[in-house]
Amino acid sequence: MARKFRRREILILGSTAAGSVLLKACAPNAPSAPSASGSPSPASAPGASPAAPTGNGIKVGLLHSMSGTMAISEKSVVDAEQLAIEEINKAGGVLGKQIIPILEDGKSDWPTFNEKAKKLIDQDKVATVFGCWTSSSRKAVLETFETKKHMLWYPVQYEGQECSQHVFYTGAAPNQQIEPSVEWLLKTYPGKPFFLVGSDYVFPKTANSIIKAQLAAKGGKVVGEEYIPLGNNEVSSVIAKIKKALPQGGIIYNSLNGDTNVAFFKQLQGAGMGPDKYPSMSVSVAEEEVQAIGAKYLKGHFAAWNYFQTVDTPASKKFAEAFKAKFGPKRVVNDPMEAAYTMVYLWKQAVEKAKTYEDLEKVRAAAIGQTFEAPNGKVVMNANHHISKIVRIGKVREDGLFEIVNSTPAAVEPEPWNQYVAETKGFSCDWSDPAKGGKFKKA
Amino acid sequence: MLSGLITSLFGGISVGSVLLIAALGLAIVFGLMGVINMAHGELMMIGAYTTFLVQNVCKGTPLADLYIFPAIIAAFLVAGLLGFFLERTVVRHLYGRPLETLLATWGVSLILQQFVRSVSWQFIIGIGIFGSLYYAGNRLLANGKAAKFDWKKLLLTTIASIASLVICNVLGDMFKLAITQPWFGAQNVDVTAPSWLLGGLPIGDDQLPATRIFIMVLTAGCVAGVYWFLNKSMWGLRIRAVTQNREMSACLGISTDRVDALTFALGSGLAGIAGVAVSLLGSVGPNTGTNYIIDTFMVVVVGGVGKLVGSIVAALVLGTTSYLIGSDSFAPLLGWAPPLANFFTFFSNSSMAKVMVFAGIFVFLQARPAGLFPQKGRTVDN
Repeated sequence: MARKFRRREILILGSTAAGSVLLKACAPNAPSAPSASGSPSPASAPGASPAAPTGNGIKVGLLHSMSGTMAISEKSVVDAEQLAIEEINKAGGVLGKQIIPILEDGKSDWPTFNEKAKKLIDQDKVATVFGCWTSSSRKAVLETFETKKHMLWYPVQYEGQECSQHVFYTGAAPNQQIEPSVEWLLKTYPGKPFFLVGSDYVFPKTANSIIKAQLAAKGGKVVGEEYIPLGNNEVSSVIAKIKKALPQGGIIYNSLNGDTNVAFFKQLQGAGMGPDKYPSMSVSVAEEEVQAIGAKYLKGHFAAWNYFQTVDTPASKKFAEAFKAKFGPKRVVNDPMEAAYTMVYLWKQAVEKAKTYEDLEKVRAAAIGQTFEAPNGKVVMNANHHISKIVRIGKVREDGLFEIVNSTPAAVEPEPWNQYVAETKGFSCDWSDPAKGGKFKKA
Repeated sequence: MLSGLITSLFGGISVGSVLLIAALGLAIVFGLMGVINMAHGELMMIGAYTTFLVQNVCKGTPLADLYIFPAIIAAFLVAGLLGFFLERTVVRHLYGRPLETLLATWGVSLILQQFVRSVSWQFIIGIGIFGSLYYAGNRLLANGKAAKFDWKKLLLTTIASIASLVICNVLGDMFKLAITQPWFGAQNVDVTAPSWLLGGLPIGDDQLPATRIFIMVLTAGCVAGVYWFLNKSMWGLRIRAVTQNREMSACLGISTDRVDALTFALGSGLAGIAGVAVSLLGSVGPNTGTNYIIDTFMVVVVGGVGKLVGSIVAALVLGTTSYLIGSDSFAPLLGWAPPLANFFTFFSNSSMAKVMVFAGIFVFLQARPAGLFPQKGRTVDN
């Protein structure tokens, strides 16, 4: 029964096996397990039921990775969007109609995102799409939204240098997260050198080029720059290099994404490099990630965001409590979730002002100038399709939440085109004026 | 200088020992049995999640600081049992068919990943109801006259799935979050090393991380244990006999069936222990396993399939080289040859170091396709 097979065969097959996994790891094209819909899991919890009657509802698309590497982060954003939709529906819906969310899984795979975007627009005829997390997935669907003149709401902080008429960006532009945090570091730790660590893809690289330009303008010093492939857990050689470059201590500016953060902070702690000598500023570590890394490893390190769960306003408390009531007391809320929650409300207000959800031209025009009492403070949708918001610096506490150590006195206006980078200096974006558009030279 | 040398060497060996402990189970399953187990990484992930559970159980008890020891045992048992179950249900039917094994175990790895994302009480109850209904129904059908009526089976499956779905949804509506909340969810979970592993051993200006030292000791212990088991115990003797000549062993009265199950369970259990080790260094989440599977296959193939000592040497060599290249330790030594130093500096980041190591492996396997320690003798090409 058990036919013996040759050693050579095992070797070949073994290498094929290793090779195929390698390919899968390099291009995150992992054909992952099917999403849990249909099985009795919370993914198909009430409120997301696509089987609801469509007669007098408004269909909207939720396009996120429910499987694959990015599922870790995007699942929570979907939860926040569903919470907002449920609240709106309970309060009577939009224009008297219920919102019907249609959830599509982008599977952490950028071409799949594009396919699903086309499906949502052409087949489901959704009124708008809330979606994407990584810049790569946004860039993949961008063309579809532009050629079909449709509408995407994007909830995550990103590297900027983009301003599409067909996208509303409710996460932070670099000048609402990265730049203020670098400024704060320069003020708090004068004279300390910087070491930049990031994941090996577009966001950290663009972010670091902005940081370098900013530091060069303000007299800061960068002694090293390292990129680690996404998903890599072996970071000891990078830590050895940081130690070599910063023997007297210094600031680690961390734009690592995903799992690598866990390995990085665990091993940083093991190497005895604590926040007193090596303070770090992270731009992709929020409450959820702190929970997953373990607060013990992160205590005393910094992160820059627009929203922390500890923001002490009625809107923030209401949001956190409603989320915990729906998804369990152990869950936390973070900045991208807050932005996702906010953008659903902004869309609703725009639709109500335009008195239509089908004429996207009118909704787009109505969206500009909308204000909303968001958990992070009062936000305004600007003419450049980004929102003004407060910038905060948080320090990780014992319990894994952030102590807010600095926040801007007023909401910071978004600047999608970076003013430190030579190629985009002086450019701006204004969709309220057809003569100006996505990229024009400021007078 | 001396402390620099020690830390470099330590760093290299510690990276190697992580590779080794991750690959040890695979060296048995793939090396000795020839089963391409793509779910090896997921067995590690199960070990890591077991660590998380044990840590939470021990929180607040006197054992809180020592939870790592029960966790090692629990992870070995849980992953081992899962491996045993896997062998009995899937792998057993595919011996001698490596391509099918590859696909089937890969499927298993995807199922396990999605399982830890979605598992909740509701999910477990649903599976339990479906399983028991199906099993009971099957028994009833078999007790009747024929078990071969396909439409009856189909009907049975439909009824069982509808019943379990309905009960699940009713229960979900009744108890709400208490049972629908996933145990782990799609997010990573946190495993924090016990406080005595959080520090390190100071050497000059540097510090050797305690977790790394612990992993080295654990790896050494596992290797010693495996050696003892394979070479000194009765079952080890049987395992070696079956891997060398299956038919002859069967003729001599060894139950090859049981040996297969035991070997696979042992390899899986070792993957569970590796899961404990990596949970101290990296993330614990549904994708934990996929991060390690390439490296483990690489170690076994480079070392030479079928030889444990090959995997050990390969893990240490690969770990040390990738650490030394990645941390740019060669450039300062090559001050006398600037072009060479520049060459190494160019490769001294994580992505490029990997490229260089893989290029080296590629060249090496061209020269020695059977790895560092090829098997010799008549058993090789039968």
